[in-house]
Formats: sequence, structure tokens, C-alpha cells
Amino acid sequence: MTSLQQALDDAYRREWAFVLAATVRVAGDIDLAEECVQEAFVSAIDAWAKNGVPDKPGAWLTTTARRKVLDAHRRDKTLRAKLPLLVEPDAEGANSDNWLEGAVLNDSVVPDDRLRLIFTCCHPALAHETQVALTLRLVCGLSTQRIARAFLVSEPTMAARITRGKKKIKGARIPFRLPQPADLAERLDAVLSVIHLFFTAGHTASSGETLVDEAVVDRAIDMSRMLYELLPEEPEVQGLLALLMLTDARKATRTGPDGELVLLADQDRTQWNVQQIVEGTQLVTAALTRRPAGRFALQAAIAGTHAQAPTYAATDWSQIVGLYDLLLVAWPTPVVALNRAVAVSMAEGPQRGLDELDLLSEHAGLANYVYFAASRADLLRQLGRNDEAVAAYEQALRLVENEIERDYLDSRLLEVGQIT
Amino acid sequence: MTQYLYMIYGDESQLADATAEDWALMLKAHGEFSEQVAKLGGTVVDGNALQPTSTSTTVRGQMSGTPSVTDGPFAETKEAMGGYYLIEATDLDQAISFAKLVPTTGCVEVRPIADTAGG
Repeated sequence: MTSLQQALDDAYRREWAFVLAATVRVAGDIDLAEECVQEAFVSAIDAWAKNGVPDKPGAWLTTTARRKVLDAHRRDKTLRAKLPLLVEPDAEGANSDNWLEGAVLNDSVVPDDRLRLIFTCCHPALAHETQVALTLRLVCGLSTQRIARAFLVSEPTMAARITRGKKKIKGARIPFRLPQPADLAERLDAVLSVIHLFFTAGHTASSGETLVDEAVVDRAIDMSRMLYELLPEEPEVQGLLALLMLTDARKATRTGPDGELVLLADQDRTQWNVQQIVEGTQLVTAALTRRPAGRFALQAAIAGTHAQAPTYAATDWSQIVGLYDLLLVAWPTPVVALNRAVAVSMAEGPQRGLDELDLLSEHAGLANYVYFAASRADLLRQLGRNDEAVAAYEQALRLVENEIERDYLDSRLLEVGQIT
Repeated sequence: MTQYLYMIYGDESQLADATAEDWALMLKAHGEFSEQVAKLGGTVVDGNALQPTSTSTTVRGQMSGTPSVTDGPFAETKEAMGGYYLIEATDLDQAISFAKLVPTTGCVEVRPIADTAGG
């Protein structure tokens, strides 16, 4: 790859959100801003080849995109008359021509509008799936095709979802603004959930032949880090970044040489990313100073406990059960209860774990959950109840979508089947 | 500023059983709501309670030349629209903050009025 191509790729990945957010502010319209930012990146190809890569590529791109907005406004008077659709009026009077010219030409002061963009994409008036799609498209700059692939829908479906979201932002006048302080905790939680969702979606690419969708996982980490730069004091922001670091640190060991699934118990711990573990541990320590600890801080603490254990058996399982007890209060979901039951089986033996699981079997949400059936199967196998284990593995196999996880379940079923 | 229609949905049977005293309390609560909206920078353009869906008439087929007239919408749903407000707010965030104040045991659908002035 040439150094110019590299510079463009870096700028796209690092500066996209900054440039788009700064351009939405003057465009007053997301579609127009997106178009002008795309054009600015195209302009950069020639300009940077001729004059070299600028010292501040983000500022160069922002100025270029904003000039294109200005041109578009000059061409289209009706568009201009409707401005600004999204941007809250600033003290200087957002509607005046002078303000617009000033904003474009004043290169030195480019306000950081990334948080506004993030909160707009994750507005509670948008459906959760729309929040995720808009965030990946507008904040992370991922192509519609790429997002469609990560979420297993066709490209036209994903494109329609993104268009609907943008239409709602415009039509219902969802503001390009930071939430009121009273709403911040709730609004921030929505943002963190969106990032966590596309991290997990990328991490166990829910179907297909690979376990990790690198692009989506990387964007989740980038965005979590961006949020931490912008809101460094928020414990749940620290917690989420810690959780992503500590989970990602094990990435290289989650699959074997032939792409097969390697369980936490069997992973080569010497291959874990020490730097990420150190960084994640520092962040989670900071996040846990706030009481009561939030759900991301607690999940990070659990991941951190695993990351620091010399072996699977030597893991501090009673600490993990304790953390799950707290997590179940902060975030009472069936999946958390399931994971807690598995931790109980490690701390107090498979029978105790199975007892806990059976208490959860009434949960409608778990009936069709592959990990519930698989966990039950594993515990039954450990207890030597092989017939029941076979039935449970078979049930898990009916539910599994990821090829690698299917291979794992198949091999376990074969093992138990032979004993029976 | 954008105008939003607030469609207030609730359990009609509750309204049917309401006493004169209940109505007085309800009217008072709605009066207070309007005052609060004004205090927070919004404008209540209009607002009314509706009679129950049993008084409703549906006319359809206007473009067919022979429109039909039928009784009610026969909604089997428990929640029916029982009243509305038309409120002017700066944006959806402000509109939602007003919606949270509507005195109802049901729910409120907030929908922006379409801009029909071209574009």
C-alpha cells in the first residue's frame, strides 16, 4: 500500500466521525453532510498526491467538506431557506449567512461535535436496531454493505433501515445536541449498549464460518476509546472500554489453527495480549470506585478476574460468583443468571451449577438460547448423566448458527455418544 | 419550532366509569399541564378530550365516487385515543419532555405535523 493510500485509510478510520459531525453542524442535514464528506475524501486523493498529506488531515477534510456544503447551499436556495434543521441555534444566530460563512472559513476553531453525532444516532426515539445501524454508518463510517453483512440482513434491507432512521431524525426533529444533564445517564447507557452490541455481534459473528468479524470489533473498540477521550470521568464509559480491552485481549486464542473453537479453559494464556490486560485492569479499577458499580464495570471486573488467573482451574471462581451476584442486581437478565450458574458450577461443583440452571429453565428467554442448552449439556456430561447430556447437546445443535460453535458441539456430542 | 400532535391513548372503560369528581380532577390536571408547557417554553396550540369510540363514524372510499359510512372503527384494542394536544416545541427532545408531563394512565404518541409548505 502506498503511503498516500495509507494516509487516506488512516484519515477515514480516525477522522470520519470528527469530520462528519463538524460538517453536520454547518449543513444542518445529515444526508447533505455525508455527501459532502464523501466528496472531501475524494478531493483528498488528488490534493494530497499533489501537495502532500496535510499536518492535520481531519481539519483539512472538515474545511473541504464544509466548503462543499456552502457551495450546495449557494446552488440550492430552498435548501438554505430551511436551515438549520438539526442544529440548535447558537448565540451568534445560526441562521444568518455570516454565521455560515464564518463557520466554514474559520479553520482554526473546529468544535468537536462527535458526541452530538453519537447521541443523535442513539436517540431513544429510534428503534434499537436503527440506532446500531446509524451509529455504524455515521459515527464509524462503515459501508452499508459491510453493516448488512455483520447483521445478516440484505444490503437493501440495511439501506432502508438507515434511510428510515435519517428520515425520522429530520422529520421528528431529533436535535443534534447533547442530552440534558438529568437525562445523561440514561442516554449514555443507550450509547454504551449500542457499542457493546456491535462488539458482541462482531465477536461471535452470529453465523458464518469465522468467529470474529474484525472490522466490526475494531470499530467498537475505536468508538469506545473515542467516548472515553470525550467523557473520561464517566465510570460506565471506563467500564465498557475495560470490558472490550479485556475481552479482545483473548482474541488470538479463541480459535485453533483450523479455526476451531477453543474454550476459555483450554486457551493458551501466554498468548493473551498483556498490554490490553494491563490497560483494561487499570480502567476497571477506576470504574469500580463509583458505587454501586454499573453493569459494564462489573462485566469488566469479571473479564479481569479471568485475565489475571494463571489457569482456568486456579481462577478465583468465588470472586466471579460474587461479581455475578452484583451484576444480577445491576442488570437482571436471564443471560447474566445463566452465566452466574456456570460460575457456581466452577466454584461449588457441577451439581450445584445444574441446580441453579434448572431454576432458570422456566425463563422464556432461555428456552431457545443455544448457550443455555450447551451449558446444561456440559454439566450433565460432567455428572456422567450421558443420555440427558446427549439430548441437551442435540437441542443446542438445533439452535446453533455459527459453524465453529456447531463443530464444537458436534465433537462433544460424539464424545458423550461413544461413552453411552 | 415544530408542531407535534399528542395522541393520548387510554382505557376507555376507565373514562366511562368516571364520576363528576374524577372529571374535575382530570380537568384540573390538564390545566396544570398546559401551564407547565407554557412555563417550559412550549405553546399549546389546541387540545381536546374526545367522546368514546362508540360515538365514532368511519367514512371511506372517498376517491371511489361512492363513499361508504359505517359505525365506529370497532377497535378491539383496549387502548383507544381519548384526547389530543397540538403543541409547538423546539425539537423532539422538548416535545418528549412535555409528553412525560401529560396527566394520563395510558400513553401518548407524539407525531410531528408534516410541513406541507413545499419540499
